[in-house]
Amino acid sequence: MAHFDPNARPFSHKWMNERLAVDTLQKVLSTEYWIPKNINFLWAMGMILAATFGILLISGIFLLMYYIPDTKQAFDSVNYTVMSEVGYGWLWRHMHGVAASVVFLIIYIHMFTGIYYGSYKKGREMIWLSGMLLFVTFSAEAFSGYMLPWGQMSYWAGMVITNLFSLGSLDFQGLVEWIRGDYVPGQAFLNRFFMLHVLLMPLIIMALIVLHFGTLRIPHVNNQDGEEIDFDAEAQKWKAGLRKESKVIPFNPVFLSKDVFVMSIYFIIYFYLVFYHFEFAMDPVNFDPANPLKTPPHIYPEWYFLWSYEILRPFPKDPGLVAFGFAQVIFFLLPFLDRSPNVAPASRRKPFRCWFWILLVDMIVLTIMGKVPPVGVYTTIGTVAAWVFILLWVTLPIVTKLEKPVRRSK
Amino acid sequence: MKDLKKLGIVVFFTLLVYIGVEPYAHSVMHKHVEGHNFKYPDLKPIAAKGNPETGKALAAACMGCHSIKSQGVPAPMDPVSASGAYGVNPPDLSLIGALLDEKYLAHFLKDPVHTAIVAHKFKDRAYPMPPMATDDQSAADLVAYFKSIAPKEVKPKEAYEFACGRCHEMRYAKWTQIGEVPKTKKNIQTGADLAKLKFNEKLAEYKGNMVKYLGKLPPDLSIIVRARSEEFLETFVEDPQSQLPGTGMPRVGLSKEGYEKVFAYLEEVGDPSKPKREKVGPIVLLYMVVFAFLAYLWYKHQWKDLH
Repeated sequence: MAHFDPNARPFSHKWMNERLAVDTLQKVLSTEYWIPKNINFLWAMGMILAATFGILLISGIFLLMYYIPDTKQAFDSVNYTVMSEVGYGWLWRHMHGVAASVVFLIIYIHMFTGIYYGSYKKGREMIWLSGMLLFVTFSAEAFSGYMLPWGQMSYWAGMVITNLFSLGSLDFQGLVEWIRGDYVPGQAFLNRFFMLHVLLMPLIIMALIVLHFGTLRIPHVNNQDGEEIDFDAEAQKWKAGLRKESKVIPFNPVFLSKDVFVMSIYFIIYFYLVFYHFEFAMDPVNFDPANPLKTPPHIYPEWYFLWSYEILRPFPKDPGLVAFGFAQVIFFLLPFLDRSPNVAPASRRKPFRCWFWILLVDMIVLTIMGKVPPVGVYTTIGTVAAWVFILLWVTLPIVTKLEKPVRRSK
Repeated sequence: MKDLKKLGIVVFFTLLVYIGVEPYAHSVMHKHVEGHNFKYPDLKPIAAKGNPETGKALAAACMGCHSIKSQGVPAPMDPVSASGAYGVNPPDLSLIGALLDEKYLAHFLKDPVHTAIVAHKFKDRAYPMPPMATDDQSAADLVAYFKSIAPKEVKPKEAYEFACGRCHEMRYAKWTQIGEVPKTKKNIQTGADLAKLKFNEKLAEYKGNMVKYLGKLPPDLSIIVRARSEEFLETFVEDPQSQLPGTGMPRVGLSKEGYEKVFAYLEEVGDPSKPKREKVGPIVLLYMVVFAFLAYLWYKHQWKDLH
């Protein structure tokens, strides 16, 4: 039975502590949440993502006050009302658009950091899996958001992507129509993607962010050498005042101070883009209103979907869809396809090191080929890159089996 | 130092992706068209020296179809009837000398169809504008006259209305092909705005005539500056066929200065936040730099005795 001091002043520290255990909470969540000391700036990407999500949420709330989910009014509500009539509406829109693009860059950096340092292995599988779920929900969030301005690219990307659900030769037109709520993208389509973008997806994302933070708790954050740290013992050292000797630091304020510094550099770049270079995040084609009678000459997704789009594109219809499906799920399987016991940076894992860099370069090649028109040499490069991607994942278990145990450096 | 090396790798791959999907991919997707700086090199220079007085007399023939409002010459027909007769409303000629290229105008007066590059649209019907000058001298005289009545200063909005506004709507500036959307009031009892309905009926009729004439409704230009690159717009206006072969859009014949005026208006309407961005941007960036400096001091303070 808990003890409640009848003399404690309401909302005083003691009063709050008895009811909410604020001291314990603060310890568990911040001052005694231990992070390895041996980390670099790439460990700040998680906090940068959280902050960028915060920007997207806040700017999104402001945009939501003026956006009209109606096929006849959506375009002008974004391009005229928000951009011309609402005070600083342009700022919220450009912040939202740029953050939506940049958040994927940071997600990819965060993912590749995880792959490079082996942060998905030996007890950290759930971190990886919950992170991948976040990647998928962020993708759905980005795609549904892209529909909302109801420009040419919204319309035609919506057409192309929902068409994928006919599943090639299976020709499930019924499923496509069920998703669209119509034969072609129209009012029903816009309304449901609006709902997904402003309610369902953000709810799922927020739940998954909590889960993702939760998955870090027991295995703890990895470090630059993949060293297994006895967090309890190291925490004792820290508490005993051995700041230099301890291999861990508390999240608040020590880790946080570095995070905030890295974040501030990120924000300088981010706001530079918002004010002076936002075009990259807002495709010109989408500034033409949706026109069902006029297909744009080039239909392409936003840059962060290009690599998987390019895995779909070079193949005939059915194999293309299979390859596309493969690309969508394969990253989930990484912790299980990697058969090596080593948790170490890729630089110390011989064959895997090559695998990592080939994967990175291959995905960049796929990304670029996904945007240029599929003609001539681009088709060839795209096809080769798509095959390389598939082969990389097929050979991953073998590549990692061949690996020798890594000796720890001191 | 190790952190910097890693940062370098991240920056390198980020820029690689950026260059690949933005400048490179766009250079592949959009053909490059060489502009001529509105010099119209396909048209031969006209040597004849024009006389504005002779031109003025010749210009009387123009007034059968065109207004010259600055000289007190009204339009013979309202825009809707004019569109019924000609396809589109013929332009007012007050600004023609200020905005069009001299050489272009002289050639246009002699041979409108080929100078405007619209022959492919008028194979089996007559172009509504007939040749008005039989030789270089009369063309030069007309040009001299129009130059003599041209105002010194043309506002960007006027340039747009003259050069684009009879075919292209600009709804974010409340501009239609038949003029500005009038301010009207609805009947508070019935909720109906008769004046607006009547205006919209006229506009619909005008658009119908124009579609018959051009084959399709020309696009609204409200945010064309965001939908097309500056380079595209410039080369397209200079010679529409160079970017969109077969388009019904005529070569308008703007001079360099005339185009700059038009573009200024397109930008003013299509990108209204530009001046505010330029004002707020430095303040926000300065704030972030100060923030970063303080964050750095905090970080150094927290980490000073850790290694």
